[in-house]
Order: sequence, then structure tokens, then C-alpha cells
Amino acid sequence: MRKGIVQLVAIGLVVAGILIAVALVFKWLPTSASEQFDRIQAVYWFATAIAIGIFSLVTAVIVFSVWKWRVPRDDDADGPPIHGNTGLEIAWTAVPALLVIAIGIFSAVVLAKNGEAGPKPPLQVSVIGQQFAWKFVYPAYGNKTTGELVLPIHRQAKFTLTSVDVIHSFWVPNFGQKMDAVPGIKTSIYVTPTRLGNYQVVCAELCGLGHATMRAKASVVSEAQFEKWAKGKSA
Amino acid sequence: MTTAAHEHTTPELYPTDYEPPHGPTWRLFFGPGLGRALWMTPLFFCLGGLLVVALRFWWGWGPVWDWTVIYTVGGMIAAPVGFLSGIGAFDYWLHYISGRPTRPEDHSGHGATSWKGYFRVNTDHKVIGIQYLCTTFVFFVIGGFMAMLFRAELAQPGLQFLDSQSFNGLVSVHATLMIFLFIIPAFAGIANFVVPLMLGAPDMAFPRLNALSYWLLPIAGVMFLASFISPGGAFGAGWTGYAPLSVDGPVGNVFFNMGVQWAGASSVMTALNFLVTIITMRAPGMTFWRMPLLVWANFTTSLLVVIATPFIAGSQFFVFFDRMLHTSFFTPAGGGYVLGYQHIFWFYSHPAVYIMMLPGFGIVSEVISTMARKPIFGYRLMALSLMGILILGFSVWAHHMFVAGMANWLRVPMMITTLLIAVPTGIKVFSWIATLWRGRIHLTTPMLFALGFVTMFTIGGLSGIYLGAVPIDIHASDTYFIVAHIHYVLFGGSVFTIFAGVYYWFPKMTGRMYDERLGKAHFWLTFVSFNATFFPMHYLGLRGMNRRVFDYPAAFGDLNFFITISSFVLGASAVIFFYNMIMSWAHGPIADGNPWKAHTLEWQVTSPPPIFNFDEIPQVVGGPYEYGVPGARHAVLAPAREAEQVHA
Repeated sequence: MRKGIVQLVAIGLVVAGILIAVALVFKWLPTSASEQFDRIQAVYWFATAIAIGIFSLVTAVIVFSVWKWRVPRDDDADGPPIHGNTGLEIAWTAVPALLVIAIGIFSAVVLAKNGEAGPKPPLQVSVIGQQFAWKFVYPAYGNKTTGELVLPIHRQAKFTLTSVDVIHSFWVPNFGQKMDAVPGIKTSIYVTPTRLGNYQVVCAELCGLGHATMRAKASVVSEAQFEKWAKGKSA
Repeated sequence: MTTAAHEHTTPELYPTDYEPPHGPTWRLFFGPGLGRALWMTPLFFCLGGLLVVALRFWWGWGPVWDWTVIYTVGGMIAAPVGFLSGIGAFDYWLHYISGRPTRPEDHSGHGATSWKGYFRVNTDHKVIGIQYLCTTFVFFVIGGFMAMLFRAELAQPGLQFLDSQSFNGLVSVHATLMIFLFIIPAFAGIANFVVPLMLGAPDMAFPRLNALSYWLLPIAGVMFLASFISPGGAFGAGWTGYAPLSVDGPVGNVFFNMGVQWAGASSVMTALNFLVTIITMRAPGMTFWRMPLLVWANFTTSLLVVIATPFIAGSQFFVFFDRMLHTSFFTPAGGGYVLGYQHIFWFYSHPAVYIMMLPGFGIVSEVISTMARKPIFGYRLMALSLMGILILGFSVWAHHMFVAGMANWLRVPMMITTLLIAVPTGIKVFSWIATLWRGRIHLTTPMLFALGFVTMFTIGGLSGIYLGAVPIDIHASDTYFIVAHIHYVLFGGSVFTIFAGVYYWFPKMTGRMYDERLGKAHFWLTFVSFNATFFPMHYLGLRGMNRRVFDYPAAFGDLNFFITISSFVLGASAVIFFYNMIMSWAHGPIADGNPWKAHTLEWQVTSPPPIFNFDEIPQVVGGPYEYGVPGARHAVLAPAREAEQVHA
């Protein structure tokens, strides 16, 4: 049986190796452009490590069992009557419970951090969803209203969302933050951009015929550029 | 536990050649059946429509001829009642209510001697099981074609040959058919056939109710499909039909609101029937701890259905009222609360995921134990974990709403319960693979599908952990990551177990054996093309492709093209399945009563089983999976009297 265990572990390591390669070779997440997404990506990698471990274990046992104990069609015998093993059953109840609670605690901490206002007052941006376009309003700049989102780098922005018709969802993939714009109520999220560049605002909630085309430009610029842009004429 | 069966030991006692006092033509159009349904359906449609016109005229509402209301009331409420009356689903009860003579022991509507027996109201649970399965596979094909159609559209960015309304319609109807007309009722079909046999019962507790719940199903299916010909096109707000989009959208949405009512009624009736059957009709000696896990699974599923389904019915009625009666449940301008819809909807639709999963758990437990020739590992914990999923399943609905703008404090508790559901689910996965350990594994087609299920469902469960963790969900929700996750759970999970179950019980249902080589070809082609279709969707979603879109950034073009080609191969793999099923049903080699040498009761009778299942009610004396235990038996049966077989 010792040889069998070595073989089983070998299969598990091969599966895990392939999965780790798949996880690392492809770029599964978009480049993070916000503090919030940095934290989300940390949770993602934590969950990925656990997922690879569990999947490798399950696959290894199945492959090993089928390889070792497969019998021809006409085989008539039964296997050993093993009805259970209390120790094993407690283990595979307790260990997964601990793992998911670990993920839960990590997630709760990140969620709290991502929902926290910074020490300085954030840049207020009102987001209004409407079939099928986004409108951004900057109350601190004379209610400057635009169809494209411009944010200064390294300054926390607080988005307050609502919708005038149906539900939309505000998402910039590189910011990793998403929130529905719901008619009748106001919702909010924080984003602290960390990377200059142009991104896309995507509507993530099915909102009707033009849902796929409901996109807007989002740019992260330097503080000086932002001030210049914001004090310019309303577009 | 039951004595009902002793009353009908041999069907010959109850003559089936009873002739009503009229000729054959009279019976064709006035006796219960499709002939009578042919004229009663339009008649009821007209009555419903006239009622609308009369009431509108009476109150002076204009326009008097409002077709939206006429076909809603006439077509979606009155006509189905006409159809059911015509086909004879209510005959017995109407006779009883009106004081006309009824014969409680009339078994003329029980069992099938030819294919015609499958096209009428039939009270035999075995016939109903096959009616369910054949009907649901028809909708599986229709839903599959829809998927291939919109996948073809998605092969390139931009609009190719669909317009955005028909794209949204196809996506929504595909999901609706697969959920309400395929997965849920296909499990009900398998359970209908198998559960009474496994319990040692002659039939379900309420055979007439059972027949009625089957005939509600095609009504729902036709309603969903008919939405394509309604003005403005099919319902296109997704199968989730979020208000207010579903309230404002074209009238096709009403077809969804009402279709769900008929499918839901069917589910609830079947579930009640299963509960009563399982509680009251177990053979002597069949204690709860001796029930096969398939029975346990359907017991917990039925509890979920009975408790949860009224919530989706409510949510759809509210949407319907908002549109037709101008209430404002979900209209903020009138004081309504938009998120209320999602809370009510998901209070059903999250448990619905388990409604679509637990029966599959049961099937896989049967298959793995039989094919590995070992007792199921940790039987009691397996049954208890089903109960754990049942209870936890009602406390996680808001994890669908982490980005919906609901109360922030609800997120963390819902995340914890969501993640904890991984524990009972994990127990099941680990117990299945422990059952394989040192077994004597027969790698037959049902076993391949069962093992394919365990691996694919593990992937679906693990991606579920990503989505349960709120921060990751905030990034990934409403993207193709979700599409990948639900297909790993519902296709790699549920559909694989349906295939496993159909192959496993095929010899019992038809009395013939399927072609093993074709079965294996079907498995491998499905397994590979399924992964090629859905695994890349994880990547697309995380990278930024949102779901339910006909257009996407050009950078995702190549991968979407690959997915489209894979989905066509996946569609083609189903052809092998249907060819195998149809040819084997007609010409396959005759199967004996117990080709898998399983211990559960359905295998101890002939294939197909006698019309009332058991000549004598069996005496259960042990557990259902005592493989390898010397001298162990699950039940003692009276010797079979094959000469009395009524089934061909």
C-alpha cells in the first residue's frame, strides 16, 4: 500500500503542477488600476491556492482508483464492505470548514477596507444610469456633468449611483469594483485609482436592447490635469 | 407501513375493456383524450376572452377589445384549463364533486400496453416517469438549439444575423427552458419512475395528482416558446426577469410570468406527492435509515420545492400585476421597492439550484455504490448532509445580490452561510471518492457520467467559493465567470447526473440494454467539448466580458470563436445520445431484471416492472448498499410470477 500512496501523491502533484501552470501562465485578471482591486486580487489568489489543492486531491483519488481497481465487465466480486470511518469523516468536515472560514475572514476584512472612507474627504461623483448611457456629475465642480469619467490618480473617489429607468450596473473591470444603479435608491462604492490610463465603464446588468453598447470612457489622470479638466466648461 | 397494495394484486380483476355506451367517434371527441382537448382548448380561450370583453364593456373601459388582456386571460389562464379538462385530468374529481358514479379501483387509466398509453392521462408512475423524460428531452433539444443559435451570433463581435431583441429573447428562453422544462422535471421523471419502486410501493400516493402534474408541464413549455410570436418578441429580461425591466419590456414577459406559474404548480404537486409517498408508503422494514440515498435526495428536494416555489410564483404575480393592473410593487414612482423583487425571486431561485442538484446527488450515490461494488461511504452523514444543504440553502439567497445595492450589513452573514454550504457539499464529494477506494470499479457509461460529474461539479463548487467571497464576487458577478460557474454546476453537475440516471435505469425502464460503445463515445465527446465550451468563459469573465451581451470588445473575439465551435461539438454529442436511446429502445438486446446486480428494490423485479410493481409487498430487512457483506440482503420478495406480466 505504501507504493500506492506514493503513486497517488505523484498523480496529485502532477495535477497540481498543471493547474498552477494554467493559473500563472495566463493572465486571468485585468491589470489592477485601483487600491481596492489590489486587495480583491489578494483574496482571489488565496482562494485559487485552496481550489487547486482541493481539485488536485479529488482528481488524484478518482484517477488513481480507476487505474488501480478497475475490473473487467464480467467480474462478479464485490469490494470490501467499508461503511465509513468516523475519523476521516470528521476530518473532511472540519478541514473544509476551517478553510472556508479563513476565506470568509479574509474576504470580510477586504470588504471592510474597500468600503472605508480614507482620511481625506473623497472626490464625490454622482453616477446616473439611463438606457443606454452613463452620466457623471461632479458636485464639487459646479455640478459639472459629462458622459465620460475622469478621475485624479491616488485620490479616493466616492461614487453615488442611481438610475432613472431600470437597473444598471457600474463596472470598470480594471478597478475591480462594481455596484448596481437602482431606480429609487442611492448606492455607493469607493475607488482609489492607482494607475494612469484609459479604461472602460461597462454596464454589467441586463438593461434592455442596448445593454451591450452601454459603455463609457474612464480615464485616470494626474491631479493637475484633473483640476484643469474639472474647471473647464461642462461638456 | 402500507397495505394499499394488497387491494390490487392482479390487474385482471379490473376489466380494462369497459365500453362506454357510445361509439368510437363519440369517444374520440367526447371521451377524455387529445381529441377532446382539441376543441376544449380553443373553447376555453374564447370563453376567457369573452369574459374580458364583457367585463370591459360592462365597466366602460376602452378599448373593449384589448388583445393584450384577451390573450393573457384567454390564452394563459383559460385555455390551459380547457386543455387539462379536455385531456381528462379532472374527470375523476369532477365526477366525484358532481355526485356521478366513480370507481376508485378503476385502473383503466393505469399503465400502457402500446405507445398510445403515453399520450393520455395515465396514472401509472412508470408511464408518467417516461412521459416526463421524453417531454423534457424534447425541450432540452429546443433549448440546446437556441444556445447554438446565439453562440453562432457570438462567434464574432458586433451583430451578425440576430437583432438585439431576438438575442435577449433567445438567451432568456434558453435558460428558462433548460431550468423549468428540462433539469427540474427530468429529475422529477427519473424519481417518478424509480422512487415508488425503491420504496416497495405499488405507485405514488396520489396517482391522479401525479398525472395532472405531468400535463401541466407541456403547457408551461408551449407558453415560453409562444412568447416568440407575441408582439415585441420573446421575454428578454433574462430568466431572472428583474423588475423594472420585465415590467416595462414587451408583453413577451407576461408569457414568462404565467408560464412559471404552470411549471411551478407542476413542481409543487409532484413534490407533495413525493413527500406523502416517501413518508407513508415505505414497505415494511424500510426505515428512514434504510432508504436508498436517491429517496433521501428526493425527500429533501421535495421539501425545498414545497417551501420555496410559492416565492417565485409570488414574485412573478407581482410583476404581472404591476404591468396589467398598474400596481407598483416594484415601481419606485408609485412607492415600490425595486430590490424587493430580487429578494423574493432569489428566496426561491437559490434553493432552486439545490432543487436542480440534490436529485443528481442521489443518482450519483446509487451509480457509484453499485458500480464500485461497495457500500456508500458514510451513509448517514450523506443523508444528513442533504439535510444540511436543505437548511443552509434557505439562508444564502442574498449572495446573488452582493452588488445589487441591498443593505450592506447583509453581505458578510450571507457570505458565511454561502461558504459553509461548501462543507456538506464537500462531505458528499469526499464520500463518493472514498466509496471508489479499493472498490471493484466497473467503468460503464453511467459510472463515467457519475465520475465526470464529481470532477466537473467540484470545479463548479470551487468557482462557487470564489463567488461566495464578496470581494471577488464584486468583480466577477454579472460576467462570463458566472456563466461558466452555472454551467459547471448545472451542465457538468445536473445534466451529467441526468445522463448517468437515464443510462443506469434505461434497462429497467425499457427492458432493453443501450449500446455501451455509443454511450462511452457520448460521454467522452460531451466531457471534452463541455470543458472546451465553458472553461474559457471563466477567463473571459474575469478579464471583463459582461454577460447577456451580443457585442463585446474585439480582443475577446478569438476565444469566443473557439467557444462557439466547441458548443457546436457539444450539440453534436447529444446526437449520439439520442441515436443510442432510440435505437436501443427499439432494437437493443433484452436486459434481465438486474443487469448491474444492484441491491435496491427496483432491480429485484422484472424489466420493465409489472404493472403494480410487486406481486407481494416486499419485506425490507437491511440497508440498500450492503455490497461485500456476506449474506446481507436489502429485502425479501415473494417469488415473481412472470406469467402475470402485463407490460410487454
